[in-house]
Amino acid sequence: MIELQNVHKRLGDRDILKGLSVKIPKGVNYVLMGPSGTGKSVTLKHVIGIFKPDQGNVYVDGQDVPAMDQKQLMALRKRMGYLFQNGALINWLSVGDNVALPLREHSRISKSEVDDRVHEVLKLVGMDHAAKQGPPDISGGMKLRAGLARALVTNPEYVLYDEPNAGLDPIISHQIHELIAEVRDTLSVTGLIVTHSRACATQCGDRIGILEGGGIGIEGSVDEITNSDHPLARAFMGMGSD
Amino acid sequence: MNPLASTTRFFAERSQGAGYVVNLMLRTLLCLPRLPRRLRFLLDNGFNAGVRALPVTLVVAAFAGAILAMQTGIELRKFGNTSVLGTITALSMCREMGPFITGVILAATVGSAIAAELGTMKVSDEIDALEVMSIDPIDYLVLPRVVALALMCPILTVLSNLIGIYGGSVIAEQNLGVSPDLYWVGAIESLTSSGMLLPKEVYVGLLKSFIFGIAIASVSCAAGLKARGGALGVGLAVQTAVRNSVLLIIVLGFVITWFFYFLA
Repeated sequence: MIELQNVHKRLGDRDILKGLSVKIPKGVNYVLMGPSGTGKSVTLKHVIGIFKPDQGNVYVDGQDVPAMDQKQLMALRKRMGYLFQNGALINWLSVGDNVALPLREHSRISKSEVDDRVHEVLKLVGMDHAAKQGPPDISGGMKLRAGLARALVTNPEYVLYDEPNAGLDPIISHQIHELIAEVRDTLSVTGLIVTHSRACATQCGDRIGILEGGGIGIEGSVDEITNSDHPLARAFMGMGSD
Repeated sequence: MNPLASTTRFFAERSQGAGYVVNLMLRTLLCLPRLPRRLRFLLDNGFNAGVRALPVTLVVAAFAGAILAMQTGIELRKFGNTSVLGTITALSMCREMGPFITGVILAATVGSAIAAELGTMKVSDEIDALEVMSIDPIDYLVLPRVVALALMCPILTVLSNLIGIYGGSVIAEQNLGVSPDLYWVGAIESLTSSGMLLPKEVYVGLLKSFIFGIAIASVSCAAGLKARGGALGVGLAVQTAVRNSVLLIIVLGFVITWFFYFLA
């Protein structure tokens, strides 16, 4: 389980998070929504230990993330995958080499086992035909799918998705949403998804939390939030909000 | 803001920047045992550095040697002592001009490219992506670049010295009437007549270029890793990398010469 307790974070001269508390149970896709600049990506970076809170606690499976030393943090990160907005593929490596990177750096498995695993996850995301292509040669949607393959290659327990459909057309977005739901269903991966998109929240989310004023403004199941009269829920989940 | 506060802030920011570079260098040093795993990147970076910098280094070195011989020769001719032109050109190239020219060109070509590359990676989340994969960006990105430049800078300096001395010989013969035999005998003797296989000037020059290579790569990597704010941030990182590298080359060049010729 991922748990943030009363997290405060100031970046520059702005208080981004002001007492954020949220619990993400295992096996669900939790969707974090909110206006731009309210700290959605900052929250993800706290969970994976890139940021430390100024105040408050962040726990993953009961382990205190900000208190971890570098070695513990590395061990935690090996149990997590992270999908960045644009995939964040290393530009000079092919798609296959990008996906293989975490395995080559950390595991002691043979080259053929690495190749098999890379092929397996690329096939899962529908990218097995593009293993030899470089990031500059593929589309935004393909980059995201390759980024997802890289996030999944180490069999993580958790995957953090940072705006998984940003800048994508509705058809490709829909494919990405289906993929995220499939990852939860077939691999039992817990997901924390940051998005503005109602379609993303309804298609691949189980629970939704909407940020407001540095904390959770409203939280509930997808149905609860979709049918809620709360102005924040209406703003994000109402018709025409996508 | 009052002048005292702005001055304090200026020096605080510069100190912070210098501290970041020193910290980066120390952490790179700690990563050295992992260099064999980065051999492919080391070779790629070394090759890139050589290919990018070699043509312009050789052209500038040839002209620098020619200018050095011309300026020195004009004065020596007044005293009828142009016979030492080969010696002076060879020693000046090896001690000062070769490492300086190579360093400045590497800063402008390779240092700027490093800052742009790492800066772009930083603003497009690729550095964060490495961190969340538990891959140390210093081990993965900085180490091969620092070692590549530390090795390539002396190699390019040797070539630069040779071409510079040759450039001087052309001017010596064509404009100052010094016979090629006399010029080359002076140059070769000055670079071989030593109990240490090569004279001190050559060793000091190579040490300088080795240190310049480390400094350029570290400063450029630091600028890239600190970039933020999109394309504008990458541009500023490149500017910072080249400016600070050239500044360091001049200051370190002075300190090393002073240490070996006045202190040691």
